[in-house]
Amino acid sequence: MKAQDELKIGDKIFSSRLFTGTGKFGSLSLMKESLLASGSQLVTVALKRVDVKKKDENILNFLSDSLFNLLPNTSGVRNAKEAIFAANVAREALVTNWLKLEIHPDPRYLMPDPIETLAAATELVKQGFIVLPYIHADPVLCKRLEDVGVAAVMPLGSPIGSNKGLKTIDFLEIIIEQSTVPVIVDAGIGMPSHAAQAMEMGADAVLVNTAIATAGNPVMMAQAFKEAVDAGRKAFLSGLPQSRTHAEASSPLTAFLNA
Amino acid sequence: MFSEEIKKYNWDEAHEAIYAKTSRDVEHALSKKKCNLDDLMALLSPAAEAYLEQFATKSHNLTIQRFGKTMQLFAPIYLSNECLNVCTYCGFSFGNKIPRKTLSETEMKTEFEFLKAGKFEHVLLVTGEDAIHANPHYISNSITIARKYFADVSVEVQPLGEAEYSMFKDSGCDAVLVYQETYNPEVYKTYHLKGKKANYANRLDTPDRIGKAGITKIGLGVLLGLSDWRTDAFFLALHLNYLEKTYWQTRYSISFPRLRPAEGVEKVDHPVSDKQFVQLLCALRIFDHEVEMSLSTREPEYMRNNLISIGVTSMSAGSKTNPGGYSASPETLEQFEISDDRTPEQILDLIEKQGYEAVWKNWDKALTAH
Repeated sequence: MKAQDELKIGDKIFSSRLFTGTGKFGSLSLMKESLLASGSQLVTVALKRVDVKKKDENILNFLSDSLFNLLPNTSGVRNAKEAIFAANVAREALVTNWLKLEIHPDPRYLMPDPIETLAAATELVKQGFIVLPYIHADPVLCKRLEDVGVAAVMPLGSPIGSNKGLKTIDFLEIIIEQSTVPVIVDAGIGMPSHAAQAMEMGADAVLVNTAIATAGNPVMMAQAFKEAVDAGRKAFLSGLPQSRTHAEASSPLTAFLNA
Repeated sequence: MFSEEIKKYNWDEAHEAIYAKTSRDVEHALSKKKCNLDDLMALLSPAAEAYLEQFATKSHNLTIQRFGKTMQLFAPIYLSNECLNVCTYCGFSFGNKIPRKTLSETEMKTEFEFLKAGKFEHVLLVTGEDAIHANPHYISNSITIARKYFADVSVEVQPLGEAEYSMFKDSGCDAVLVYQETYNPEVYKTYHLKGKKANYANRLDTPDRIGKAGITKIGLGVLLGLSDWRTDAFFLALHLNYLEKTYWQTRYSISFPRLRPAEGVEKVDHPVSDKQFVQLLCALRIFDHEVEMSLSTREPEYMRNNLISIGVTSMSAGSKTNPGGYSASPETLEQFEISDDRTPEQILDLIEKQGYEAVWKNWDKALTAH
C-alpha cells in the first residue's frame, strides 16, 4: 500500500486496516500466530482477561511484540460510571491511553448503550484518553461523538459475534459519508467478503474477532481477512480517481456552450 | 415476580405436552434459528432422543460462536456446613450427625491463599442455611475478604432479601447462585421437610430479589433426580426467559447437578442417564445461545471430558465440598461425593488437549467498582 494511504488515528499511524480482537481463541499461542498472520497492528484486549500480577501465561506476554498496539476495552461495564473507572484501571495496567469504549448493559446481544457511551466519551476525552467508541450504526450519534472529541467511531455491522455481515449497510454509508474521524466497522463481520465490502464502501478499517478465532484454521482465516481488507481498500482507492475525473470529463451535452 | 408468571403454567400440562411431542416437532425446532418455549418442549421430549448427534453438533457450534474455544475455571469454597434445613438428599441436612464447622476469618484466609497460590481467580463461596453462623453479615464480610484475593467472587447461600443482596453487591459480590432444585411444588415438599428451605415460594422469587439488587450475574439450576427432568428443565427455561426479559442487564448461568450419593441418600427417585443429561444440556443451549452453563465435579470424569466441547462454558476443578477442605485436613463431612477428583493441573491439561483455552480470569473488580 502506498505510504500516503496510511491510516492515522490519534497519535498513531497504521499501515494495516485490519484491527483484531484477542478473545475466543483455543490457545494464546494460536491467538498470537493468527494475529501475526493478519498483519494487524491494533489489537483489542478485554480488561477482564488481563491479570497484571501473574506474569506467566498472561495474555499480555503473547502481545508484547512491538508490532501490536494494544487497545484495551471496557467489555463488562454497564454504564458510564463503571466505564470511566475501568478505563483508568486499564490505562494504568496496560500503559496506554487508548481505549475501546464498550458499554453494553444487555449481556445477551451486547447492544451498545448510546446514552451512557456519549456521557463516558465526553468525560474520557477530557481525561486525555484516545477514545474509540463501539456504537450502533447511528449517524447522529457518530456526529455527537465527534463533537466531544473521539478519535474514531466504531459502528456495528450486526450484533457482536453474529457473523451476519453488514446488516446496517445503509446507515454505515451515511456515517462514512459524514464522518470527519476514521470509521471502523466493528462487530458482525463474519467472512472476508464482508470485510472487503466494508472497505470498498470506504470504511477506514474493520475490526474482526469471532470470524478468525473460531475458524477451523484461524491462521489461514487471518491471512484471508488480511487479503480481503487489502483488496477492498484497493478497490475503494481505485474508485476514487473515477469519481474525481467525473467532474473534469469532457461534456458531450454541454460542449456546444464552449464552441 | 416469577411466582406470578409461573401461575400461567401447570406442571402436569407441561409434562403432558412435552411427552406428546413428535419427531416432526423436533425437526421443526432444529430447523429454526431461534426456538421458543414450545420448540424447547420438543427438544426436551422423548422423541428427541434419536437426534442426539445433531443436538450435540448444533450445541457445539452455537457455544463456540458465542464463547469461543474457551473454558472458564472456578473453585467452590465451602465456608460453613452448619444448616438448619432438613433436605433428604443433602449431606449437610440438619439431622445428619456430622462434625459441623464454620470457618473463622483466619481459616478462610488460609483457604483463599491456598487457591490463590494455584491459578484460581473465580471462586464460589458456599454455606448451608443457618441464621446464626453463616448469617448475611458473615457472608458479606467473607465476600469483602475474598475480594482482596480474587477477580470474581460468587456466592451460593440461603435465599435472602433485596437489602442483603445489595449489601453483598457493595461488598464486591459478582454473582449469586440459587437453585430451585425442582419446580414441582408438590415434589419439592417431599424433599425439603423442615427449615426455611421448605418454603418453595420464597425460594422461587429469590432470583427476582437478586435482580432488583443489581447483582451482575444470577445462577439458576435444578437438582436432577428429584422429579421428571424434562419438565423441570422446561420450567428452568421459563424462569430464565422471564428473568432475562425482566432484569435485562443481568447475566445468567444455569447448572443442573445430578443427584449423587451423600450422607443419608441411598437411591435417586428420578435418575437421569448420561444420554438424557446430554440431551438436556444441548436442548437448553439450542434454546438459549447466550446463557452460561456450569458443570460441577459431581459429574464423573468421562462425562466431564466429553462435555467440554458440547456446550459447557465453565467448570470447577479439584473441588472440595467441606469447610477448610483445601488447606486443612478434611475432618468435616462433605456435602456430596466428588466424582471427578482430578487436580486443577490435570483438568487444565485435559482442556488444552481438546484445543480449548482454560480461562482463569474473565472478570475484573474494576468493571463494577463504585
